[in-house]
Amino acid sequence: MALGSEHTLKAFDEDIDRLRGLISEMGGRAEAAITESITALTRKDLELAAHVVENDKKIDELETEIEKLVVQTIALRAPMADDLREVVAALKIVGVVERIGDYAKNIAKRVPLIVESGSIKPTTLLPAMAQVAGEMVHDVLNAFAARDADLAAAVCNRDKVVDDFYNSIFRTLVTYMMENPRHISESAHLLFIAKNIERIGDHATNVAEMVYFAATGQRLPERERGEHPTEPHEE
Amino acid sequence: MTMIQPKMAASVQSPKMTARNVNVFYGDKQAIDNVSIDVDMENVTAFIGPSGCGKSTFLRTLNRMNDTVASARVEGEITLDGEDIYASGMDVVQLRARVGMVFQKPNPFPKSIYENIAYGPRIHGLAASKADMDVMVERSLRRAGLWDEVKDRLHDSGTALSGGQQQRLCIGRAIAVEPEVILMDEPCSALDPIATAKIEELIHELRGNYAIVIVTHNMQQAARVSQRTAFFHLGTLVEYGVTSDIFTNPRQERTKDYITGRYG
Repeated sequence: MALGSEHTLKAFDEDIDRLRGLISEMGGRAEAAITESITALTRKDLELAAHVVENDKKIDELETEIEKLVVQTIALRAPMADDLREVVAALKIVGVVERIGDYAKNIAKRVPLIVESGSIKPTTLLPAMAQVAGEMVHDVLNAFAARDADLAAAVCNRDKVVDDFYNSIFRTLVTYMMENPRHISESAHLLFIAKNIERIGDHATNVAEMVYFAATGQRLPERERGEHPTEPHEE
Repeated sequence: MTMIQPKMAASVQSPKMTARNVNVFYGDKQAIDNVSIDVDMENVTAFIGPSGCGKSTFLRTLNRMNDTVASARVEGEITLDGEDIYASGMDVVQLRARVGMVFQKPNPFPKSIYENIAYGPRIHGLAASKADMDVMVERSLRRAGLWDEVKDRLHDSGTALSGGQQQRLCIGRAIAVEPEVILMDEPCSALDPIATAKIEELIHELRGNYAIVIVTHNMQQAARVSQRTAFFHLGTLVEYGVTSDIFTNPRQERTKDYITGRYG
């Protein structure tokens, strides 16, 4: 039986399970979108990129369905305490996951623009960066379903890794642009892609904060952030 | 067991009533186990808990209604304005005027609406003349939110009113003897939702002038009307705190299980 269930009214448990299942599904699709958009980039696979863009509609539909279910659960079940916090968190989380899906779609939309401009070396760090961000999304949604505050807190600590990746890629691309002015366009797209992944990491930590609050009723303490790219860098 | 203090700003006044280490027995059976709690003015305190948890029994200790039950025995200290209400010199009739009670099933006297309200003040000698009494009756009925509905038929029987009106009449009757504390034992259980909402609104209006304690088995009602909530279970006070804290982030597992519907 799912954690935190066993309400006297079994229908309430069924509603909560259905909510968690839909959020898991939505999260899985968002993760897949992140992975597939970067794969499309590195393999120059235009069809896969188009596929990611098309699939974003399903993520948006899930957001709408989950919102309806949350409102219904509040009206019919009058949830209290941790149930109430979980349901309110679900509402906020799906908004954030929908944004994550949009970032992945945005990456996929840039793939044709990069590929058509010919040879470019996409930085090899991008797939690694995307993998960390994708895992953060995966773990934080697992933390939500399991009401695992510790797992949620651990996800927050990984955002620094994503930020550090971004800063490396930023410097690499700026240097590359200065040395290869003919490739500024594609490089700019890659910069935006890197920025999108960095934002996905931030969103995953926002979700982690929501999960932590839902599970414990307390706020997560301030977390350590990565170095800001425009701050002076010690050589 | 130490009393769990609610987190709240220090009260300007001391509590209107206090209970310390109260035990209640019916013969050999212990119904209340070491309960300590404060009741403050200008607040509604809700007692919640499953059937048989002792919340009504404890409510009745606050104005010695348990005295009417032969096998009941109360231990511990309960004070009103610092005075022990179980002390041998306490005038119980006077106590029950100061700490009034409203019951689950509306129970107006089989008298006119006017007489229902006037009866208490008359026996307590609160009105010097008929004119005085008329003023008291009108004031009580206004305060109970019933005046506009009955002002043209004060001599009709109280039992001819609807259930919700009868309950407001009973509240008016309790108010007429100028209590300081009003105890309500599931006052809306027998009423439809609209009558219930009117009583809840009335409780909200009365709060400024009295300390109100309400026993309810309806958690949403406790959440709507009260500022403090006390959760009872098997005769013990499990948790007592600010209502919004109890319902959004209770500290005790048993409280959480009860209010989220996992109990039983």
